[in-house]
Amino acid sequence: MGEIWEGLVAGFWLVITLDADLVAITLRSLHVTLTAVMIASAIGLPFGAWLAIQRFRHRRATIALLNALMGLPPVVVGLIVYLLLSRSGPFGVFGLLFTPTAMIIAQVIIITPLIASIAHQAIRDVWAEYHDLLLSLSTSKWQRIKTLLWDGRRALMTASLAGFGRAIGEVGAIMIVGGNIDNATRVLTTAIALETGKGDFALALGLGFILIGLAVTVNLVIHTIGQTEREGKW
Amino acid sequence: MVTPILPMTLQGGVVKRRGKTVLGPVDLTVSMRGFTIFLGPNGSGKTTLLRALHGLERLATGQIAWQVPLAQAQLEQAFVFQTPIMMRRSVRDNLAYPLRLNGTSKAQATAAAEDWAERIGLSQFLDQPAPQLSGGEKQKLALARALIRTPQILFLDEPCANLDGRATREIETILKDAQASGTRILMATHDIGQAKRLADEVVFLMHGKIIESAAAATFFAGPASPQAAQLLKGDIVE
Repeated sequence: MGEIWEGLVAGFWLVITLDADLVAITLRSLHVTLTAVMIASAIGLPFGAWLAIQRFRHRRATIALLNALMGLPPVVVGLIVYLLLSRSGPFGVFGLLFTPTAMIIAQVIIITPLIASIAHQAIRDVWAEYHDLLLSLSTSKWQRIKTLLWDGRRALMTASLAGFGRAIGEVGAIMIVGGNIDNATRVLTTAIALETGKGDFALALGLGFILIGLAVTVNLVIHTIGQTEREGKW
Repeated sequence: MVTPILPMTLQGGVVKRRGKTVLGPVDLTVSMRGFTIFLGPNGSGKTTLLRALHGLERLATGQIAWQVPLAQAQLEQAFVFQTPIMMRRSVRDNLAYPLRLNGTSKAQATAAAEDWAERIGLSQFLDQPAPQLSGGEKQKLALARALIRTPQILFLDEPCANLDGRATREIETILKDAQASGTRILMATHDIGQAKRLADEVVFLMHGKIIESAAAATFFAGPASPQAAQLLKGDIVE
């Protein structure tokens, strides 16, 4: 109990004093996670919509696979990305290992199936509602996808937020491909892991509370901007 | 100059669901002008026939021939469903949507939407989310959205089924105006009074087949089939 209190106090002082390391780590966390969420949303949302409206052979198997990929073990993803980006790997020439870009790549791989799967479920409901109308209006496939994405945007925001939640709290993969290098690839989660390993539980807890606060704040900001839960909105 | 898509002919049209025939074989010719009412009890195939003509149901056998290629003909058609489908948008954006699809500029589409909202008495709701409208208002909106591209042919599946007298009258007024502007109308209904008020031609269906097709005056004066006579008498027809 004492450690939790000390953690709260440590976190409070880190924030109040705008600790330079903390600010840098927090901004790096946000940069890596938000970039990964944007890329994963750009891939996952249209893919989820396409999957909802397109009928093709092995569609059910594709959806089942996508759902299964939501549970991808981050450590395994980290290991595979590590092997691909290491000097002897096929993409070693780009020198991306132990950079924020490598961390973004790993996070994109982890959260894209999650975003696509939730998007698919959300769009499937809108498609069931709109099916006859959009067919009647002779819409093209692309027009249908655009319409469904736009009209289901508030539900899709939940998909992106779920991706954000998973990415901001991720540690296994980014530790492997980022290396937790001070002033380069250290983010909140890897800093927490480091401080815990060093036995500085108060600081680790303090960083943890900041991480939670950050996740909650981003969610609230996006909900406010998106005007969800308002009368007459979807 | 818009190329006419009518007359249209359906030859030997059959629709099957899970191997069971739900419509047909049906032969039908739709002329260039007029108001055709499809009458018949529940399950007679009225909705299926309308959907098949519009291309929402796949024909198991038979074919539909328009005066222009199918893709072009489809752009000149509109459909109003029994339960109006409201997009999760404002009334203005619902009305503008079909125009935006075919590349009309936002300003022009919005102006047309506002004009139509005025005509159907919904201009005070332009910024309101369409799903929040009442049943009658939703159906008027669905009808205006269907008519905003001035289709050559309009299909309606019992558009007044759940509406009160006032809303029904408003819908009928819009339909008469559309017909006067040259839109060919095909409508399914249960309401014999409405059929008498609107129809130029009546197609009577039962068990997925056309039993009788006649000019409205002839049909209502003395239907050729005993089932239609029963229906007009107010008996239960199964």
